[in-house]
Amino acid sequence: MTIAVVPERATDAFTDGSSAARRESARLWIGYLLGRLAGLVGVVLVLVIITFLLVKLVPGDPARTIVGLSATPEQVEIVRDRLGLNDPFFVQAWHYVSGLFTGDLGRSFVTQQHIIEMIGQRLPLTASVALGGLLVVLVIGFPIGIGIAMLEHRKRSRAVSGSYNTVVGILGAMPEYITGTVLVIVFALTLQWFPVQGGQGLHGLVLPALAVGLAPAAALSRIVRNETRTILSKEYIATARSKRISSARLLLGHVLPNVATSALTMGGILLVALLGGTVIVENVFNLPGLGTQIVQSILASDYPAIQGIILTLGVLAALVNLAIDVVLGLLDPRILMKGAAA
Amino acid sequence: MTSVPATAAIAISRATPRRRISPTLVVGLIGMTILLLLAIFAPMLWGRAALEGSAALREGPSAAHWFGTDSQGRDVLLRTLVATRLTLLMGIAATVISVVLGGLVGGLLIVSGYRLRWVGGRFIDLWLALPPILVALIMTAIFGPNAVTVLVAIGIAFSPQFARLTNNLAASIGTRDFVTTAHLLGVPPVRVFFRHIVPNIASPVLVLTSVTLATSIVTMSGLSFIGLGVQQPAIDWGQLLASGLRDIYQNPSAALAPAIFIVLTGLIAALVGDGLVHLGEPRATRIGAGHQAPGAGASSDQRAAELRAEREGVEDARDRVLDVRGLRVGLAHGSTPLVRGISFFVDEGEIVGLVGESGSGKSVTAMTAARLLPPELEWSADRLTVAGHEFEPGGEVPAAFALDLGVVFQDPSSCFNPARKLGAQLTEAIRVHRKVGKLEAERLAIEKLREARVTLPELRMRQYPHELSGGMRQRAMIAMALMTMPRMLIADEPTTALDVTVQADVLRLIQQIGTEHGMSVLLISHDIDLVAAMCDRVYVMYRGEIIEHLTVQQLRDREVSHPYTVKLLEASASTALAGAVYRGSTAATSIEETFA
Repeated sequence: MTIAVVPERATDAFTDGSSAARRESARLWIGYLLGRLAGLVGVVLVLVIITFLLVKLVPGDPARTIVGLSATPEQVEIVRDRLGLNDPFFVQAWHYVSGLFTGDLGRSFVTQQHIIEMIGQRLPLTASVALGGLLVVLVIGFPIGIGIAMLEHRKRSRAVSGSYNTVVGILGAMPEYITGTVLVIVFALTLQWFPVQGGQGLHGLVLPALAVGLAPAAALSRIVRNETRTILSKEYIATARSKRISSARLLLGHVLPNVATSALTMGGILLVALLGGTVIVENVFNLPGLGTQIVQSILASDYPAIQGIILTLGVLAALVNLAIDVVLGLLDPRILMKGAAA
Repeated sequence: MTSVPATAAIAISRATPRRRISPTLVVGLIGMTILLLLAIFAPMLWGRAALEGSAALREGPSAAHWFGTDSQGRDVLLRTLVATRLTLLMGIAATVISVVLGGLVGGLLIVSGYRLRWVGGRFIDLWLALPPILVALIMTAIFGPNAVTVLVAIGIAFSPQFARLTNNLAASIGTRDFVTTAHLLGVPPVRVFFRHIVPNIASPVLVLTSVTLATSIVTMSGLSFIGLGVQQPAIDWGQLLASGLRDIYQNPSAALAPAIFIVLTGLIAALVGDGLVHLGEPRATRIGAGHQAPGAGASSDQRAAELRAEREGVEDARDRVLDVRGLRVGLAHGSTPLVRGISFFVDEGEIVGLVGESGSGKSVTAMTAARLLPPELEWSADRLTVAGHEFEPGGEVPAAFALDLGVVFQDPSSCFNPARKLGAQLTEAIRVHRKVGKLEAERLAIEKLREARVTLPELRMRQYPHELSGGMRQRAMIAMALMTMPRMLIADEPTTALDVTVQADVLRLIQQIGTEHGMSVLLISHDIDLVAAMCDRVYVMYRGEIIEHLTVQQLRDREVSHPYTVKLLEASASTALAGAVYRGSTAATSIEETFA
């Protein structure tokens, strides 16, 4: 199926081409969104099944793991009851799924707090660190990538390319927890500009956001730079240059829209990674988010909390993926057709 | 079409493809070796010392302890070196799991039927959508936080990439010609797999392996760092980093030692990966060799061309819309020139052809005249006048040049910006330079689209380039070049990328527009017959020189002197009949126009 032919025939057949084109695009969008939503539902379904089976898969008796070896058989039995392990398998599954719809994810064995409440308290912090990281990635990665590409395009300089490659190579090889550690040593301990333990408010979020965002920012800047290079050598840039427009106009009007699409496609993976990075960075700065909580919960075998947090993180990752797909579709309508064809 | 370019291409591909090991790869491999040696010998040499405590608790760096001591007075550097073994072992184990598991799944999908392959593909999609850290969290929640759980979890989390890679690669290679040929020749499938498929997928798989090794080491260190991986008393870098961070107020360097090792390992793996990528692409070096193909045997031709150029230089230059004298173009730092001092001109209202095989320098010449050379190419000329603008090498291009010169490029599928609607692209030049209002510019654009015989011009304005067929796009491109009513049009192989039936239409359109508006046209082409059909004069280029200058009558009467031109004409003899028919159709009214 050739992309170029279909719309043309479809529109030629109508006297009013524009309404046909609009109908065509609406049809493509619906197909595209349905496909993406099916993917989202698939991921959520897998997550629900995994988290439900999680307790069943624990070797030995999960109730014994929770209460410890010194507990009496009566105590173990109470915990078994609370976990619902004494019910038949399908009853357990029914309770679990209906609980998901009513927001009842059980209570923590450690704090006795309702899991949904705990997630409600800790999610905002995790989300703000991840969003802060995203901001760092976009604000630092994008302009630097384009800037370097334009610089290299104008004049090929070994010094510029070499130092850029070195910095990006080192930053890219630094995992978020090491960036975090280095940032703490430099900006919190030595310069004392920021609190060591993160602390309250926006001020405390600066270092965690940088820790989460710097490595993906380096990676994105490299993607953007390579992409810009490719685009600058494309024929349509020669077409645009034949109009002798200013280089700012060339950049904003002709280079940027194309870089944005391809960079987002590849940057999507970075965003999901950002979420994983946040889980770890919270532990560097000892921030009371979902990342620190899940580590404590795993160490304490607090199964309801583990289930709830893994579901939340997984659904968050899936939603991020969906959002990227929608933005991509808006930026580059050609993707809609590929999505429909696949 | 012509036999000459084919032999030239063979000559280039015969240039010895050398697989050079890059310095990147050498440095990476040396680093990898040092790490491996450390992993083997460090625990033997310093294993006991790393466990021995001392009274010097949480001390800063000193001559005895380069990175200070930990909470039990143990040397941080020694502990970091000893921890290399467990860290690397876990990384290698996780990578092996990824490769084997992913390879198995990918391989199974290749040999399975269509439906199973589809299901498998969706399954891999789902698997990839789960962040690796989540897989590790789930696994540690089930099997308890320890080194083995973590390495199995990471192995599983990274395996879908290998499944996807083997699946995609094998699928694409399985349908290639050489594999089909092998099947037809009766080569058994197992042999086909090992002799034809494995060598072609080995390189990308190796690259992904080295990347995975680095990522898995980094991720598992992170898990140890947050307390879910390696447990005391065993030590890996992540765990050392965590204990260093706990003592960070007393001795910040305790956290630095393991941090440096983790980053260095990541860098080394990245270097090896980069090096392998370049090693896997011998094509990259082959193309480089092709560039330096010497233009042997050209010296006598060059002299002749120079003599001819001198003669032409004396001619009158009053009505010349395009006047080029002694033009040379070459790589900024290269020794081999692409264009070797050529001279030619186009008069007011003339249509002039520039013919030659690919690599003859005709497109470079056209792009120099259009002042659109890429920055790595440099030009010099005794004279370069285009549409009333006189240019010096390195000089600025005035904005008004855009209004006086129109350019039509070779491939209409790539010369429009795919992310912007046609209307915006057509009107940009006059809106920027002539400050024409949006509505007025759009009205003009629709008019030009109609003139270029684009169907449904109003609709096209709101469409993206990919929504048009190739022929329509090239017409739209011509319309865009006409927007400013330029004095001159440079058309660089405007029909090469088009269907044969559309080619004639587009050429006729260019010819017609040139005649109607008194516009000068420089037409670049490799097809001497096409040029003969519509141009007033023709220049023949070969290896960066103009070797022949003919009027179209001379060309039709085959009054050519240079052996290369003779060859060009001979090569197109098979298409001569088609050319004759075509010329006939331009002379009379074409069938299409009769019906239009």
